[in-house]
Amino acid sequence: MKHTFQQFFRSGKFVFGFSIFVAILLLTFIYPLIIPDPPLEIVAQGTFFEPGIYVSVYDSLGTTPHTLNLDGAAAKRIASKLNEEDRLAMKEWLVAAGIPENEIDTADTQKLLDLWMDNYDPTENIPGMTNARRNYFIRLNNSLKGLLSTEGAIIAEVNPETGTLEQVDVITQTDYVNINQVANVRVLPFGTDNFGRDVLTELVAATRVSLVIGFVSGTIATLIGLTLGLLAGYIGGVVDDIIMFFTNLFTVIPSFVLLILISFSIGQEQRGAVTIAVVIGLTSWFWTARAVRAQVISLRNRDHVNLSKLSGHSIVHIIITDILPYIASYVIMALILQISAGILAEAQLSILGLGPRTTVVPTLGLMMNWALIYQAQILGKWWAYLPVLVTIALITFSMNLMNTGLDQVFNPALRE
Amino acid sequence: MKGYRKYFLNKLLWFLITFVCAFLLNFILPRLMPGDPVAAIVSRLAQGMSNTTGVQAIYQQYADLFGTNKPMVEQFFIYVRNVFRGDFGFSFAQYPRTVADVIKSSIVWTAALQFPAIIVGWLIGNTLGALAAYLKGGFDKVLMPVSIFVSNFPPFGMAVILMVIFGVSLKWFPTSGGYGFDLIPSFSWSFIWSVIVHYQLPFWSIVLIAIGGQAIGMRSMSIYELNADYVKYSRFMGIKDRKIVGYVFRNAMLPQITGLALSIGTMVGGALVAEIIFSYPGLGSTILTAVRGGDYPLISATTLIITIMVLIANFVIEISYGFIDPRIKAAQSD
Repeated sequence: MKHTFQQFFRSGKFVFGFSIFVAILLLTFIYPLIIPDPPLEIVAQGTFFEPGIYVSVYDSLGTTPHTLNLDGAAAKRIASKLNEEDRLAMKEWLVAAGIPENEIDTADTQKLLDLWMDNYDPTENIPGMTNARRNYFIRLNNSLKGLLSTEGAIIAEVNPETGTLEQVDVITQTDYVNINQVANVRVLPFGTDNFGRDVLTELVAATRVSLVIGFVSGTIATLIGLTLGLLAGYIGGVVDDIIMFFTNLFTVIPSFVLLILISFSIGQEQRGAVTIAVVIGLTSWFWTARAVRAQVISLRNRDHVNLSKLSGHSIVHIIITDILPYIASYVIMALILQISAGILAEAQLSILGLGPRTTVVPTLGLMMNWALIYQAQILGKWWAYLPVLVTIALITFSMNLMNTGLDQVFNPALRE
Repeated sequence: MKGYRKYFLNKLLWFLITFVCAFLLNFILPRLMPGDPVAAIVSRLAQGMSNTTGVQAIYQQYADLFGTNKPMVEQFFIYVRNVFRGDFGFSFAQYPRTVADVIKSSIVWTAALQFPAIIVGWLIGNTLGALAAYLKGGFDKVLMPVSIFVSNFPPFGMAVILMVIFGVSLKWFPTSGGYGFDLIPSFSWSFIWSVIVHYQLPFWSIVLIAIGGQAIGMRSMSIYELNADYVKYSRFMGIKDRKIVGYVFRNAMLPQITGLALSIGTMVGGALVAEIIFSYPGLGSTILTAVRGGDYPLISATTLIITIMVLIANFVIEISYGFIDPRIKAAQSD
């Protein structure tokens, strides 16, 4: 048996898949040590905050400003405030006013502004333009003037005695704050989700729960499948007939349908992550049972097994020492596949709204479900669903890679 | 033909036994749900009613109507009668519509989407897998990692990715529904065109997933067969390569057909979730509505229909398998 395990690591594919898997596993243990926030804590007020570094505006006012004179700072500021729609509107006006279209470049902020300042005249009447549209351009022009000002922003406080505003401080355009000196900075690498929770923290917790679901369901399925397969294959006769009856039955009835029915009948309150895992395990052992049985039947009449029988060993002893070692490699491959199938099954159930109840722990499927319900994919909020998809794909990919690697170790015909 | 008849009858018997078991499970499992589904409907209907005897009367009326206050055995016969009458009883959440009324249209959508997609995916996947095994080299080196990656992608993930790329970013195809929301089903050109356009993304998301898995399986089967003794023998005999390849792929194909029969259930499961993501008006979306409404007659009926569809597909595959592989018949006639 030990020799079998040593062989695994001779396959490059297995080692590669195994490393990805171990990396994911380690991450789910190390991350909570560094960032111990509860994964389902709602931090953001509002939905789908973009990924980025969030710096407290209030706290940055209190820090000592540093003056940095950087080239192009003004242009960048204007460029970030002038959105695409305004640029196109400016172009539209300029074209209507008779500027040749090829001279206008909406991407070059500086040139566009210069052109606008030189040509715009609020009194000019462009034929065919509605009054509302003309007012829009007047407003746009005013806001552009505000953009170009070089004065700082004034901070004022209410005087408690007179009730008037008194200037306390002026923030000039060259003031910078060092992010290390701001008391409150929160990094949200994947932004927040529809409920305002930190996606990364949630994702790590969800990955751990999903892996547990995979392990529990995979182990249950493999153990049941292995036991029934061994009994059916080795004992044969009536036992074989009964076991094979149920196995054949359930391989044809789609297990997804069974999953839906069982999870539905358990009811929302009773559905915890582990319950779901057990249900998945109970509905997916048929494959393993079939395959183990087939292998045991081919082993049953080998010489070494017969010799063992003649020596008077018990059935348990024969199964453990003479049969199990031969099918160990297969069972491990089946286990790996069952784990990744379990993770997928949980995700699919959750998308149907039949996953674990939603208030206790996140799972990858639940995160996907939330993102889909809030239409993250249509609103372009990629951070709510893409990291989840990539995590699921990475887990199943690493598992399958391990499996292909093992297949090549044990099936020499498949080696390159 | 005698062997084949035995094979056929054997399969038919199995089909019937499985059907009965599936039917029983379908009846029993949803009824084990804790909580009273009728109470939920009544509380929704009687919102703001202060008259308790009135609420009691409504409850009584609905319990009689749905038969939830009768013993399990009697409920079972009511259920059987409803199924044979073809209406599956009343839907709880959408009363007074019958279940058959709710799911009538969605069956067509699901059948028209899933079976062509699975068959096309299976055909393309097997062709690519066989080519990879035969050509080896560069083709194999590119196709295999891509197939492994694609087949590892969860079906709903593929649906979301396709939707974001082709529906949201490029705007080539609509992102949801089975046809334009402004159209009424009819045989007009604009409706048919709208159906075709809405069909593409769900279809290809199912096809792509199927291709990956089938290509991997077919490749290893073909490699196995290409190394078999009969191939070497035929080569020594000087039989043309083209002819050998024909035999090899016919042999490699057989396990793939059984594979299709066994995996069709899983594929349908994944495809149902893909339907939900595209809000395709099929059975997947119906299950979602039923789950949200706690509507177990609807769940029972939908899952029963999916099971029957899968069973029939299985039966058809196994029957045709008997024609394709003469050894199966031979084994039966002993």
